[in-house]
Amino acid sequence: MTENSPQPDNTAQPDAEALRLRTRELLAAHPPASTGRTDFLRARFDAGLAWVHYPAGLGGLGTPRSLQSVVDAELEAAGAPDNDPRRIGIGLGMAAPTILRYGTDEQKRRFLRPLWVGDEVWCQLFSEPGAGSDLAALATRAVRDGDHWTVTGQKVWTSSAHLARWAILIARTDPDVPKHRGITYFICDMTDPGVEVRPLRQITGEAEFNEVFLTGVRIPDTHRLGPVGDGWKVAQTTLMNERVSIGGSRIPREGGMIGPVVKTWRERPELRTHDLHQRLLALWVEAEVARLTGERLRQQLVAGQPGPEGSGMKLTFARLNQEISGLEVELLGEEGLLYSDWTMSRPELVDFTGRDAGYRYLRSKGNSIEGGTSEVLLNIVAERVLGLPSEPRNDKDAAWKDLAR
Amino acid sequence: MTDLLYSETEDDLRSAVRSLLTDRCGAPELLAAVESGTPGDLQLWPALAAEMGLAGLLVPEKSGGQGATHREAAVVLEELGRSVAPVPYLTSSVVATEVLTGLGAGNTAATELLATLASGECVAVLAVPLTTAPGSVPVLPGLTGTVSAVADAAAAQVLLVPTADGLYAVGARDPGVTVEPLVPLDLTRPPATVTLDGAQGNLLAGPEDSRVALHRGLLAGAGLLASEQLGLAEWCLEETVRYTRERHQFNRPVGGFQALKHRMAQLWLEIVSARAAARNAADALATDSSEKALAVSVAQAYCSRVAVHAAEECIQLHGGIGMTWEHPAHLYLKRAKSDAVALGSAGMHREALAELADLAGPR
Repeated sequence: MTENSPQPDNTAQPDAEALRLRTRELLAAHPPASTGRTDFLRARFDAGLAWVHYPAGLGGLGTPRSLQSVVDAELEAAGAPDNDPRRIGIGLGMAAPTILRYGTDEQKRRFLRPLWVGDEVWCQLFSEPGAGSDLAALATRAVRDGDHWTVTGQKVWTSSAHLARWAILIARTDPDVPKHRGITYFICDMTDPGVEVRPLRQITGEAEFNEVFLTGVRIPDTHRLGPVGDGWKVAQTTLMNERVSIGGSRIPREGGMIGPVVKTWRERPELRTHDLHQRLLALWVEAEVARLTGERLRQQLVAGQPGPEGSGMKLTFARLNQEISGLEVELLGEEGLLYSDWTMSRPELVDFTGRDAGYRYLRSKGNSIEGGTSEVLLNIVAERVLGLPSEPRNDKDAAWKDLAR
Repeated sequence: MTDLLYSETEDDLRSAVRSLLTDRCGAPELLAAVESGTPGDLQLWPALAAEMGLAGLLVPEKSGGQGATHREAAVVLEELGRSVAPVPYLTSSVVATEVLTGLGAGNTAATELLATLASGECVAVLAVPLTTAPGSVPVLPGLTGTVSAVADAAAAQVLLVPTADGLYAVGARDPGVTVEPLVPLDLTRPPATVTLDGAQGNLLAGPEDSRVALHRGLLAGAGLLASEQLGLAEWCLEETVRYTRERHQFNRPVGGFQALKHRMAQLWLEIVSARAAARNAADALATDSSEKALAVSVAQAYCSRVAVHAAEECIQLHGGIGMTWEHPAHLYLKRAKSDAVALGSAGMHREALAELADLAGPR
């Protein structure tokens, strides 16, 4: 990628007006109508307009993150292609901030540009069959072998593993110390020998996730992120970025899962019953209040008063999605007995609104498990927000190898 | 989009109200006043209404008020809810005030009465049952008849009486008027039966103008009641967290047991949401939004349940002490449950939403 690398920008930090001009210069030099998608995205990265809060030379200009909206608005108005952040969500949301914070200069130069452009998809090798909510109990071993590490173990619930070129990986490098202290963080090449990805078929019939088997995979020490034994600390950066982020966008009324239900309700009066009406009204109120809560959180962030409220939104939406989709199946009556298709498919994205009610009902069961179970998140709210005493910990000082598994 | 945050002015207002309530309306003082049957003895109302000028928040400046908005009044109600303060703020300074404002600046009698409410010299209440929802006002044939469960009627000097001829202002101590206190569930907002027997009154407006003004008053009351419910729920959670962190059983603070932690975390989630719903209603009222009826019904349908849930959890998680008269938790439960039927129950507001949100029921 070095042939196109921009010179570091040593001028003063650009303001909104300077960013607007810079974006227009990019558009003039690479008109979206006559430039290939990937070429345009590379040029945008090199102009420092990919994520403006990143450092110069790494896709950004070191400006406040809030100024990204200035760039995005200009690009959208000009019909420029975007980098499909949903498809590359794990790389963008988790790998990139971790590499930026803990990576060496060489790692940053090597990985950030193709990650952002979408040339290289990333996945996350964290969870294991025996270490889900208790993530630090993981058993995948990495053993040092000169300037390499040899990694053996099994990971699970890995989205995008079948598409990914790279993975962020945490593995145990010292079983003789307490579990949080014996972990190291690596970048794993998914094309290396010993990496085997198997689809994991789910409750919905499709295989959105994978199991990943690692058998004697050799990872060079240059692909380690952060010091040996410090992987748990590095992983915190990744996990903090995993939390549901409520960005700048406003959700319209009925914008979420309640939308398809009320549409059916209005269009098909023959399905209405008094019981369903009572339950629908109650859920409509809850959906509207959840929308307002998200909006209030957004306004707090814009006003620079971030509160602890964000940690609650995922809990609320998980419960609501499950209740609303459950009601929808009942509302549909005979149709609720049917399912679109049980053929195993491998979707690149979770598409809640493009599928039928049965799919929504089944898929939403994962909302209270993925990205932190509701039970664990309630503990976090209770302990960090309300200041209630922590759960008793009998695993804190024991060596990992002595823990029950 | 509505502004769901608190302004600096609103934060300052909150501090001032809270500090007054902390001084004058602590749990021991409140219990003593309630037991003596004279909650007015706390001397809270003169301080809030006249000295701090809060009675006139919603009254335009040219009528002697503060010319503030429902957003500020909502903050006052949050604080009054936190203390379950026994003052006629919701009934007189919100509902009655809004009804009189709704009659228009050209209505001299109403404007003059409004000025006395703003100064705190006079308390006026609308002579309808506290359960009355916006849009369904019971009307007497004339100034003869009985109205039950009129909140704060015993503290009022003036009753606003909806009749078939229109809205009358009637002196509460005048001949032909009897105000008989009832034994209330909620000791801090006592209702009374109002009996009129050929009373004399001042006709403020005819039936049509009255109907519009009454709707306005009850809508503002229901919308701002959500803020009182929010404040009440917040107190219940804070007190429960404080208590369960200190109370030890089985050699551990009981607040460390996961079964209890999850219940308190769940309450916190509900309160965060209740705040958004209550702020949305207050802002919609303040800006006279075309969606104010919807915002009010959403807030009432949601916040009623949250306040009752918080008060019930407060009792349960306090264990035995939560069932005692000495601990103030019972005052909050009694207020929360009464609030849940005040100004339209959650169910009535959901029914209103069926129409407002185009979600009609089966034919």
